Amino acid sequence: MNERPITEDDLQAYVDERLEPPRQRSVEAYLAGNAEMQARIAALVAQRNALRAALAPIVAEPIPSRLDVWHFAPHRPRWNGWLRPLPALAASLALLCIGGLAGWQVRGGINPQENGIGALAKEAADSYTVFATDTLRPVEVSEPATLSHWVTSRLHRPVGVPDLTGAGFRLLGGRVVATPHGPAGLYIYESKQGARLGVLVRPMKIDRTTRMAEQSFGDLSGFTWADGGIGYSLVGAASASTLHPFADQIRQQSVGKTTSG
Amino acid sequence: MHDMMLILEPLIPGLRRYARALVRDAAIADDLVQDCLERAIVRWHQRRPERSARAWLYAILHNAAIDRGRRMARQGRHVAIEDTDQADLAAPPTQECGLHTGDVLAAIDLLPGDQRAVLLLVGVEDLSYAEAAEVAGVPIGTVMSRLSRGRDQLRALLDSKSTRPTLRRVK
Repeated sequence: MNERPITEDDLQAYVDERLEPPRQRSVEAYLAGNAEMQARIAALVAQRNALRAALAPIVAEPIPSRLDVWHFAPHRPRWNGWLRPLPALAASLALLCIGGLAGWQVRGGINPQENGIGALAKEAADSYTVFATDTLRPVEVSEPATLSHWVTSRLHRPVGVPDLTGAGFRLLGGRVVATPHGPAGLYIYESKQGARLGVLVRPMKIDRTTRMAEQSFGDLSGFTWADGGIGYSLVGAASASTLHPFADQIRQQSVGKTTSG
Repeated sequence: MHDMMLILEPLIPGLRRYARALVRDAAIADDLVQDCLERAIVRWHQRRPERSARAWLYAILHNAAIDRGRRMARQGRHVAIEDTDQADLAAPPTQECGLHTGDVLAAIDLLPGDQRAVLLLVGVEDLSYAEAAEVAGVPIGTVMSRLSRGRDQLRALLDSKSTRPTLRRVK
């Protein structure tokens, strides 16, 4: 029988247990007749096993929270664990309190809430007032992919640029802006008539997922909400009823197809 | 988005293991993995769907580790504090695992970086030879020769270690 000679690659594949059975038998036969090579290969097998064993405990460790990819995402569809009665009750109570507080403080307008979506709404209104009224240079970056990459890298979250063309508003562009809670992405949209809308996006420490709340700041109206740790606030110089459908549209886009409501 | 998470999530334990084997310090290794996951999410659309997502992820991590190595080399002596951490961690963490476990981790640090990478990718992470070639950015032939040389060199190191038990990373 005329067989291919054994190669060094065969021996390595033997160590890795990746040979097809016929070739495996050939290598075994070869090693059986070569004591020195047999000792070498046995040592390499032992070494590979030792290396695997030494590093095995690492894969058994729980994944640290900062490496949990669901935290990176704009939504977390893993509600199953949450739906046990007690935590769910506690969570809804907490949300009620936070929501009530936010509503009260935004309504009062005297003592703006320092955290949560109330703060986000205020930041969005401030950014809108400064940038959306700028006739010379309202935006820093107008290309959507560049903008999305910039915002994503500063927020350390994948954040897409909402699309409002269906509603008659084209993306003018945006920029990263400063807030008391770190960087946020500001997107500015413009209609054919020159009306402008602003959307501010940033990670949330509290109010990580909330219902949509309505705000008004003088002539400006806003809708603010959060999904999976990312807060969104839409602001415009229009009535709340005009803005509401746009906010719904943005929320639908950000949440995606996999979750609803 | 959801699909991406379902592909990424099962790879994380292995990525952590590879990063830890490369840099040894758990916190620094997890920094690398976090960096890798962030880059992967941002560049997900650039991935060629017909290619192995696993190889792509390991390649991102591999390059992040190399970049870090270069930065450390440039910074020179600034890394003194981290070095003491490494020495602490170099103590065999799992003596019950067998004769060689502590030794083998200390010895693998002494291999040239390209050989160490291939040994880990193939021998521990179970990447195919083709995937390992993709990660290292070299032809399969180069992977095979690095594997062969790396394993023989590691064997020599372990043999010499049995007579010199205090062998440690020299830098």
